[in-house]
Amino acid sequence: MLKGRSLIEPGDLSLEELQEIFELSEEIVETPAAFKEVCKGKILGSLFYEPSTRTRLSFEAAMYRLGGQVIGFSEASSSSVSKGESIGDTIKTIGCYADIAVMRHPKEGAPKLASKYANFPVINAGDGGHQHPTQTLTDLLTIYLLKNNFLNLKIGLCGDLKFGRTVHSLVKAMSRYHGVEFYFISPPELLIPEYIKAELEQKSYFETTELTEVLPELDILYMTRVQRERFISEEEYLRLRDSYILDKKKLNKAKKEMIVMHPLPRVSEISEEVDADPRAVYFDQARYGMFVRMALIMKLLGVEIDA
Amino acid sequence: MLNVNIIKKGIVIDHIKAGSGYKIFKELKLHRAEHSVALLKNVMSDKMNSKDLIKIENEIDLNLDILGIIAPDTTVNIIEEGNIVRKIAVPLPDKVKGTLSCKNPACVSTIENIENVEFTLVDSGNKKYKCEFCDSWTTL
Ligand SMILES: [Zn+2]
Repeated sequence: MLKGRSLIEPGDLSLEELQEIFELSEEIVETPAAFKEVCKGKILGSLFYEPSTRTRLSFEAAMYRLGGQVIGFSEASSSSVSKGESIGDTIKTIGCYADIAVMRHPKEGAPKLASKYANFPVINAGDGGHQHPTQTLTDLLTIYLLKNNFLNLKIGLCGDLKFGRTVHSLVKAMSRYHGVEFYFISPPELLIPEYIKAELEQKSYFETTELTEVLPELDILYMTRVQRERFISEEEYLRLRDSYILDKKKLNKAKKEMIVMHPLPRVSEISEEVDADPRAVYFDQARYGMFVRMALIMKLLGVEIDA
Repeated sequence: MLNVNIIKKGIVIDHIKAGSGYKIFKELKLHRAEHSVALLKNVMSDKMNSKDLIKIENEIDLNLDILGIIAPDTTVNIIEEGNIVRKIAVPLPDKVKGTLSCKNPACVSTIENIENVEFTLVDSGNKKYKCEFCDSWTTL
């Protein structure tokens, strides 16, 4: 039962519960109009202690599309927290008005702390560099909808694999499914951390510095930003950056049915010329993010569509 | 041998590895105790050659978790009327509450006043514990 529960990290959900959420998401994608009043009379508390416009808009749009309403704040300075109110007091106050809350916070573990005080569901919308479960749900739903299932997929993850929380969570989540193979594509400075690999089966991953080398193998290519600040020298950055830019020429080497994903916003790691290719699904991904949040809100609130 | 009066009622922490006594003394905040407390260092013992020993007169609440983390093989003897009435072996605890504090500056527990943060043992060899909020590992 998902009703009444909080979502703090992706591991809170069993594979069966994930499946339930994806099936409901798929129904919503197919017939969004059927869901436009299921959360009528319900209120989402949207507590953003730091700005994250993309995530906030996705949650708020999700609630509005279910017929619900939203209250909250979009940065700490505009709220009572700037006056030093504790997380516990804030969440209890929100509980007087809202039925469910979503929290973004710069400190790791803040949403978990909030969920201990709340007698209603709390969703973690990112806590520092720690967890961002709805980003992972978004990535998984995209794969579920476009690849039909998760089994035996070959997924390439390209770019900054060292610091990318999104990548770490996705690898962990995908490794729960049978036969998934990972191709870690990164410069030597930005390798996937040992502790992530330690949880994978030896034969299930392959590391390389060359995107073009493994591109023909992949069912999914997940691109991430390679940030300038991560490099010691500008020269080094410029030299490496280009090999991790996906353009039309490189994409020609990929399978016809491969999909290109990216958590957005992108900087330059995917050329705009790629956007028109049917394999580029990163803008769909953003849309699916809203649908999966709709399904999640419904499940945690325990509301169902009228039969 | 140096002799400290046999206590009538209280606690004796025995079989402390020589050299660890002072750390335990400090972590248990015994320097602030209002009872008579004695720390004996380098006491000769058959079992381990040389050991440290702490005697505390009258009963006080001991944080056995701290003891378990610093020195998992110590024995706590409860003394009543001059006799040992109970011996407690102190294991390395699997979970501790309120004993450790998180050393990750990005952790919510460093800015919020949270009582009894729970830590779970993740590496018994190195006595590393995982913070319930940020999942980072820490030691005493
Ligand atoms: Zn912590």
